Amino acid sequence: MSDPKFYGAGFPYRQIDDLPGKLIVLEGSDGVGRSTQIQLLRRWLEDEGFAVSDTGLRRSKMTQKGLDKAKLGHTLGHITMSLFYAADFADRLENQIIPALQAGFIVLSDRYLYSTMARDIVRGADPEWARQVYGFALKPDLVIYLRAEVADLVSRLIHGRGLNYWEAGMDIHPSYDLYDSFVDYQSELIVLFDQFAQEYGFKSVNAARPIMEVFSDLQGHIRDLLEDQQPILEDDF
Amino acid sequence: MLRENTTPGKLIIVEGIDGSGKSTQIDLLYKWLQTQGRSVYFSEWNSSALVKSTTKRAKKRKLFTPTTFSLIQCTDFADRWENRILPMLKAGVIVLADRYAFTAFGRDVARGVDRDWVRNLYSFAIQPDVALYFRVPLDIAIQRITSARAQLKYYEAGMDLNLSDSHIESFKLFQDRILTEYDNMVGEFNLTVINGNLTVQAQQRLVREIIKNELKGWQGLPTPATGPHPQFMTDMNTGKGVS
Repeated sequence: MSDPKFYGAGFPYRQIDDLPGKLIVLEGSDGVGRSTQIQLLRRWLEDEGFAVSDTGLRRSKMTQKGLDKAKLGHTLGHITMSLFYAADFADRLENQIIPALQAGFIVLSDRYLYSTMARDIVRGADPEWARQVYGFALKPDLVIYLRAEVADLVSRLIHGRGLNYWEAGMDIHPSYDLYDSFVDYQSELIVLFDQFAQEYGFKSVNAARPIMEVFSDLQGHIRDLLEDQQPILEDDF
Repeated sequence: MLRENTTPGKLIIVEGIDGSGKSTQIDLLYKWLQTQGRSVYFSEWNSSALVKSTTKRAKKRKLFTPTTFSLIQCTDFADRWENRILPMLKAGVIVLADRYAFTAFGRDVARGVDRDWVRNLYSFAIQPDVALYFRVPLDIAIQRITSARAQLKYYEAGMDLNLSDSHIESFKLFQDRILTEYDNMVGEFNLTVINGNLTVQAQQRLVREIIKNELKGWQGLPTPATGPHPQFMTDMNTGKGVS
């Protein structure tokens, strides 16, 4: 992305001319296997000689402690939560993602504004408001959407880390049990992700398949993106 | 655009640059309304307990950019909005706010964020029934601030904008930009301008006239027969000063 584009006004006080790196986003539901794929991608890209930086929600040092603490209490309102996540995102974008892109890195982002926007909208936020909040956000070079049905997510999570309060959206269904809430909440999010996929041009990949098959699809999309940057093909030595 | 107030409560806010005297005025107004037997709640800029530790850390380590500063302050406002201000308005209380969205519209734009972007951030908030803007010339505000305080703080002085190496000089340039933004908001948000050069008492007389007019024929939430609970009153005293 040598000519950076933003969803809105961007950062008007900051001169951002040239971003020789590439921003690649993996989107998709909780438990769909994003972090496994990011690990594989990182290894593969580094093998090919690319410098890779990765990032993901809630990793801003500025907001992490405060946001984690707020999520433990019972007073975190929906607008407040939206804005807290937007602050986390803005901090990482300005202080981590953009500098890495300036230095020519490939940035792998585990989720991006689409996930937080979908969560906000499911919790009642005005979709137009939520979109405009992220007017500072950089348009990625590639967004890959790992798509799976709720049944697949349940199966993966039950055999993995289990269902949890926030991934089940228990804050908006306090009278449901964890399972029912999870199914409802994740179904609503998938509807939104499918809409976003159209609107923002995600590349959809069927995630309900063996890990290496999914990985191979991701490699295909990324190779297309990096066409002009040939990997180092070295002879055996 | 801010939303129309459809709650049974009244929202009264004060704005102005640091040293404009607004906090003094709203404090006198608060006490006067209490004496009148009104249910009043006071909310101060940057006072959310939920966001406090984040703001403190970011200020101390100078982590803020104009965008994150804006987002964190709006997060602070949203927490007070969702947990305090809106419920109080729905109950029919008079809510007094020392600084409101207009502070963000002034300061954040002075820091360089997009005007429309920051207006959208706060678009969940209500247009106040009365918005008092205390206008003073810059040199008077600076005189008041510098005589009252040992040193201007980093962000308060707008040092993050690299306008000047001197705190005082930077503060002047920063406040001057904010003043321009405020003046442009007078028409946009129907701010009532109060001349901050008048004596404290003369200003308070004007303020009370305006509020009396606003509350004419309006009932609001009655105070209980037992009188207000002391807890309700202490909630307001969350510290004073420029935020």
